[in-house]
Amino acid sequence: MKKIILALATSAAVLGFAAAASAQDKTKICFIYVGSKTDGGWTQAHDIGRQALQAEFGDKIETPFLESVPEGPDAERAIERMARSGCALVFTTSFGFMDATIKVAEKFPDVKFEHATGFKSAPNVATYNSRFYEGRYIQGIIAAKMSQKGVAGYIASFPIPEVVMGINAFVHGAQSVNPDFKVKVIWANTWFDPGKEADAAKALIDQGVDILTQHTDTTAPMQVAAERGIKAFGQASDMIKAGPETQLTAIVDTWGAYYIKRTKAVLDGTWKSEQVWDGLKDGILTMAPYTNMPDDVKKLAEETEAKIRSGELHPFTGPIKKQDGSDWLADGAVSDDGTLLGMNFYIAGVDDQLPK
Amino acid sequence: MGIVEAILLTVITAATPLVLASIGELVTERAGVLNLGVEGMMVMGAAIAFAATQMTGSPYIGILAGIAGGGLFSLLFGFLTLTLVANQVATGLALTILGLGISGQIGEPYVGMSGTKLQPIVVPLLSDIPFLGPLLFKQDIIFYVSIALVIGVNWFLFKSRAGLKIRAIGDNHGSAHALGIHVIRTRYLAVMFGGACAGLAGAQLSLVYTPQWVENMSAGRGWIALALVVFASWRPWRVLAGGYLFGAVSISQLHAQAFGIGIPSQFLSALPYIATVVVLILISHNRRMTQINTPACLGKPFVPDR
Repeated sequence: MKKIILALATSAAVLGFAAAASAQDKTKICFIYVGSKTDGGWTQAHDIGRQALQAEFGDKIETPFLESVPEGPDAERAIERMARSGCALVFTTSFGFMDATIKVAEKFPDVKFEHATGFKSAPNVATYNSRFYEGRYIQGIIAAKMSQKGVAGYIASFPIPEVVMGINAFVHGAQSVNPDFKVKVIWANTWFDPGKEADAAKALIDQGVDILTQHTDTTAPMQVAAERGIKAFGQASDMIKAGPETQLTAIVDTWGAYYIKRTKAVLDGTWKSEQVWDGLKDGILTMAPYTNMPDDVKKLAEETEAKIRSGELHPFTGPIKKQDGSDWLADGAVSDDGTLLGMNFYIAGVDDQLPK
Repeated sequence: MGIVEAILLTVITAATPLVLASIGELVTERAGVLNLGVEGMMVMGAAIAFAATQMTGSPYIGILAGIAGGGLFSLLFGFLTLTLVANQVATGLALTILGLGISGQIGEPYVGMSGTKLQPIVVPLLSDIPFLGPLLFKQDIIFYVSIALVIGVNWFLFKSRAGLKIRAIGDNHGSAHALGIHVIRTRYLAVMFGGACAGLAGAQLSLVYTPQWVENMSAGRGWIALALVVFASWRPWRVLAGGYLFGAVSISQLHAQAFGIGIPSQFLSALPYIATVVVLILISHNRRMTQINTPACLGKPFVPDR
């Protein structure tokens, strides 16, 4: 009897794999998600991309995925299981999967890997990323226009370059409108915990911020902002449903086109390891409709977006000083991508100490 | 509203699900059953409560559905471990994995919807007391129930005959059986009580804490609740104290960050756990007292020798 129970218990654990194990003739394009595919944010955006990919190629491919894979040692096991199950291409869609992806890729030289938002690559590991900071710069401008108190709250996840870059872009955008604009930062040290994200939002609002922005994955902060009657920005997916009268805009990740392009390359045999970093102009990120703001703010936001698209404006254009007062960019100078991708410093005006 | 009051309000919301799930698990463990499936039962309660609320429009029906859902789901654990005498640790872990999966299925149609927030019940007169009034007497029903449960369980376990039987079973199921106490039947009830409490804690998550459904929304709170039972050395009042200590430190660290006091955020995030460990060390220095409180038959299978 005990054996049956044990079998029951383990079968519950591998249920998710049952779907992935069938059919051999189709090319397998696999996905590893850090959250659940219906989180309303980051992972959902990737899953919408996956669905677009499946729709594009129909019967030619299969797109198995694993959800809620924790960053760390478990990730390596999950990626390895995917690679072993015969995937031709594996997309690992969170920064924290970086080292695990590289490790597994060494063991499976014939499988191709694509890691989102990281900076380590290999002959069979490409990286892809989106210039989220372009959207955050626009958000900063809107925040400075909309805030009565001149203080915004920022719920951050982990102190990695991606997130630090976002904070800097937001602050720089805001201070281009109001040089005294302040940002309070809370590091939640998680990507996904609705309760904790809501707690952080409450703490920030209790301390007097009247605009909220987040770099975590659920709509909980948007909901708190709606309840307390302040404005907020959505992250990764359009979060307008969580705050119809709250969301100003959102950075919407639109990965589908990229996934289709790379899958085509695998099917054609032309896939190469590349480091792709696309932005607003390439359509890998879009801004959700500008809502709940006066027309002049909306116009300014749209103009800024158009300028970034055309390449006329780079959000990180000097003069910019670092937080410690030293010079970073001279007047008119534009940051190179390398500095941004490894960003480990705040620019002047951020009212927080960067965790090391 | 002052900042202290604002902080305390947030603490209450954060601590309530921990207290609820812990007090239920405490009764289960006092009866000698270790159910590691709290996380799974909690997240099931959250999904079912949210779904029922969306279907009927009444969060109170949602709460009842959450309680029933958690209780029924724990029956599966009861059947496997009590009737079939499966390993409790393995079954509990399986229950968590299963709960996370099934709740995702139940909640799928409701993803992205903004839920109905459970409204507070204002107690007349008492809520006018300055400072304490709004904190303690302008809360939702789940908060009142959580406090009542702690008081009730404390009375039940240590002052009632049925409670004495439960403790006897947890300490020595062989002797209890010999005395004619229904070990298996009582354990079933204790397991279901634990499940119902975890379900109620889940309902609090999806109706009060963050009125929405997202998969895996309990985000590890079930595990913290499990740890709190050990922290409380199986005593109800300490569950209350532990839950609020954990909640208070968790929320204070967020405020400390927003104030910008310059302590590394990783350290602040670890603070609730550090505080818990420190208190645990302080209260467990008396080994004899700890041993007396620990149910001696915890996790051990029982097969009646007819």
